[in-house]
Amino acid sequence: MAKKILIADDEQNIVISLEFLMKREGYEVSVANDGDEAARRIRAEKPDLVLLDVMMPKKSGFEVCQEVKSNPELQSVRILMLTAKGRDTEVAKGLALGADAYMTKPFSTKELVERVRSMLAER
Amino acid sequence: MLSGTVVVAASFAYLLVLFAVAWYGDRRAEQGRSIIANPWTYAMSLAVYCTAWTYFGSVGRAASGGVWFLPIYLGPTLAMSLSWVVLLKMIRISRTYRITSIADFIASRYGKSHLLGGLVTIIAVVGMVPYIALQLKAISSGYSVLTGSDDSGVFPFATASWFNDGTLYVALTLALFTVLFGARHLDAAERHEGMVAAIAFESVVKLLAFLVIGGFVTWGVYEGFDDIFTRAYANPELAALLSLKTASSAGYGGWFALTLLAMLSVIFLPRQFQVTVVENVNEQHLRRATWLFPGYLLLINIFVLPIALGGLLYFGQGTVDPDTFVLSLPLAHGERALALLAFVGGFSAATGMVIVETIAVSTMVCNDLVMPLLLGTERFKRSNHPDLTGLLLGIRRGAIVVVLLLGYLYFRLAGEAYALVSIGLISFAAVAQFAPAMLGGMYWRGGTREGALAGLLAGFVVWAYTLMLPSVAKSGWLDRAFLDYGLFGLEYLRPEQLFGLAGLDSISHALFWSLTANIACYVIVSLARVPTGQEATQATLFVDVFSRGQDAPATFWRGSAQIQDLQPLVARFLGAERARRMFESYARERGVTRIDDLKPDAGLVQFAETQLAGAIGSASARVMVSSVVQEEPLGLDEVMDILDEASQVRAYSHELEEKSRALEAATAELRAANERLTELDRLKDDFMSSVTHELRTPLTSIRAFSEMLLDDPKIDLKDRKRFLGIIVSETERLTRLVNQVLDMAKIESGHAEWHNTDIDMRELVGHAVETTEQLFRDRGATLELDLPDRAPHLRADRDRLLQVMLNLISNAAKFVPGDTGVVRVRLTCETGQLRVDVTDNGPGIQPEQLGVIFEKFRQGGDEHSRPQGTGLGLPISRQIVEHFGGRLWVQSKPGEGATFSFVLPLPPEAGDGPDRAMT
Repeated sequence: MAKKILIADDEQNIVISLEFLMKREGYEVSVANDGDEAARRIRAEKPDLVLLDVMMPKKSGFEVCQEVKSNPELQSVRILMLTAKGRDTEVAKGLALGADAYMTKPFSTKELVERVRSMLAER
Repeated sequence: MLSGTVVVAASFAYLLVLFAVAWYGDRRAEQGRSIIANPWTYAMSLAVYCTAWTYFGSVGRAASGGVWFLPIYLGPTLAMSLSWVVLLKMIRISRTYRITSIADFIASRYGKSHLLGGLVTIIAVVGMVPYIALQLKAISSGYSVLTGSDDSGVFPFATASWFNDGTLYVALTLALFTVLFGARHLDAAERHEGMVAAIAFESVVKLLAFLVIGGFVTWGVYEGFDDIFTRAYANPELAALLSLKTASSAGYGGWFALTLLAMLSVIFLPRQFQVTVVENVNEQHLRRATWLFPGYLLLINIFVLPIALGGLLYFGQGTVDPDTFVLSLPLAHGERALALLAFVGGFSAATGMVIVETIAVSTMVCNDLVMPLLLGTERFKRSNHPDLTGLLLGIRRGAIVVVLLLGYLYFRLAGEAYALVSIGLISFAAVAQFAPAMLGGMYWRGGTREGALAGLLAGFVVWAYTLMLPSVAKSGWLDRAFLDYGLFGLEYLRPEQLFGLAGLDSISHALFWSLTANIACYVIVSLARVPTGQEATQATLFVDVFSRGQDAPATFWRGSAQIQDLQPLVARFLGAERARRMFESYARERGVTRIDDLKPDAGLVQFAETQLAGAIGSASARVMVSSVVQEEPLGLDEVMDILDEASQVRAYSHELEEKSRALEAATAELRAANERLTELDRLKDDFMSSVTHELRTPLTSIRAFSEMLLDDPKIDLKDRKRFLGIIVSETERLTRLVNQVLDMAKIESGHAEWHNTDIDMRELVGHAVETTEQLFRDRGATLELDLPDRAPHLRADRDRLLQVMLNLISNAAKFVPGDTGVVRVRLTCETGQLRVDVTDNGPGIQPEQLGVIFEKFRQGGDEHSRPQGTGLGLPISRQIVEHFGGRLWVQSKPGEGATFSFVLPLPPEAGDGPDRAMT
């Protein structure tokens, strides 16, 4: 059964590119355009992995991450945070909140795909 | 009638009681438990102002002049309430510099001048002699009323030959008594606690006695105040007394003169100076006395009019001397005990005055008249008597006796011609001559020795000529001719109409001329010469006594002195034992155990001089001290240097305070600036972070799609085209962003270039609309334009304003719905400004977003439908509009579209026509 991936970002073009990439890898993809929708979809769909943007309207990626990690039912959800703000503090913050990995934008598509693949293979 | 023996016995008994009180007061003082150290005793001792003159004379004055007696008591009341600050300064100065009399005060102030001290003493003696005579007259006339055989006739004063000698005995008895009270021992501060206690006691006795007699007349003889005044009004002559009009026979000028005279007297009478200043133990007492003393005056005057009217009603006018009503009324009603009480009250008032006045005057005579003369003689200089305390006491005792005998002499010479009040006023007018030198000395640095001398001399001569000599002449001891025809037969020199000034009573007349001459000479002569070093020193010490503080008297002295010389010197005048104790305590204050270890510095000399000043006056002390110290006199320049130094130190510390305040302010400013910078730093950081984010976002898409296209050549054509389209648009977005960030940075840093030209806004708005028409056609939306017929030109950068217009219109175009979208652009002329509105029928803006859309990188709209933008368009537009002095704002309700508006101010001349623009 194909792994489920949720793409959470408010930039349409980035969503398009990520969707294309993930579908090409054979994953089942759903999309959320803001923090609220992302949290809702994670609870409802329990994806295997979330590509989570930090700067989103309504709820930031950090908040969503914290919510997911504090919910025992969502233990299996992996989170890969993506951010355009490349500061070290942001990376540290994301990891401290329980994100499983962190990549800064712009990212290499190859690296991203490999990272997603390895994260899903860990179990 | 009372027998002479009874009266004499009662008087002596009373004197014994007084003596007991004084003895008790002295003993308590020695034990350190002073009975006079309270404000009540102090205020009561001030009431020595009320003499036999008050006691007998007020009634006499009221009987002839009605309320005319009042100014003498209004004056002190005013003086106490208005000028207690002056009194406080006198007390402070006297305490600080050990000043023990008015003569000493004036002498010390004007450079420790012997001449001035002597002059003041002579004026005081000459001025006080009539006053003392007045007391003798009161006692003797009182005695004759009590013992006289004829109770209905006029009581002639001192006509019985046996009693002429009797008054002499009274004078001598009082002299003896005064010697016992005030000149038993020497005190460096000239303080007499026992005497003050006795005086306070006397004040109570005379008040009680007067109140009892007043009560007796008012309720015993008549039936209360109403009764007396009703009867008085029934009698036309008496009714006239009660009217202010007839009472002020000399007009308001007379009232003013008398009130002024009394004001000056209560401050400058030698006995008032003695009790108010010299005997003051605590400055705080003065505050209480400022209302206690006037209260006392009020009480003692309550019954003056009732007794005067009662006497006049009972005896009829012109039969009995009104001065004796206090005695004759009780006698006439057979109340002999009451009459005796009244006599004791009057006796009390007289003795109190005589004692204090002669003590004060004798101190002056000794310190400022005899001592300087003595110190000047060769014989005294050669004799090296180790202890002169006996001599000092002897001089004082002699002075007391002489002053009292002078008083007796005046009583014999002039006593018969004058009523009590008139004699008193002559003395008051003499005392008033001290006022210019005293007040000027305390508040004006410019007063000089010659000025004070000239003023006092002029005032005194005029006083003697216009008041003293006429009083003697009227008594028949001088030819009256000069009174009526003027000196040398010159009319304008008539003493009571000097230079033709008529229409004033003799007192007002004399006061006017003497004070005028006094003040004029004082001021003019003082101004003629710059004060010498010595004068300037003393002037500063006196005028600045409050700011200098009590414990650190400035020393303007240079030279050397040995304790071996100073101690024997002080001992000569104060006694060896006293001198030793003084120097020992001074040594303790300086932290030295033995007297011999004292440093022979200026402070020591100052101390020795101050101690001596108390005993022999400041001028004499100066002379004595300079005889044993090698002194280099200070010139005015040097004194001024010392003063300058002090003021420089003050200025410096003031400057320091200012600086530290400035420093605090600067610190606060720096802190604020630092906070602002930190805040700016944070904002810049945020800005950079936002820019980074905004740059990376399009880069992310571009990189992702480029890599995908590169990696996978087999992507189908449709996707490929779509991806390339995205890449192109994201690149455009990047370009726009970079341009706008640079634009923003330029405008914010002030480096932007502005090419201002005259702009027709109609044309500009029209152009903006044309430029964006394609955009609207693409979206299927409508653009409406609403322009006025004409609009004034304004001066601005055309491209920038176009940028604002395009930003607003394209923003609106992005947000309106595709088919039904309408954007209306409107230009209107308002007073002094042009207004542009861009209205759309889009989704509107949430209230919480209204504020933030003008912030950088904060885009409005829903994330789904949000059109592409950098988030810098509105902030830049607002900066541009504000650069030209305008305002950009938005009004919107969610669901009802939004209106972005801006106004631009017109130049002041706009619309006045091209001519004006040409010039």
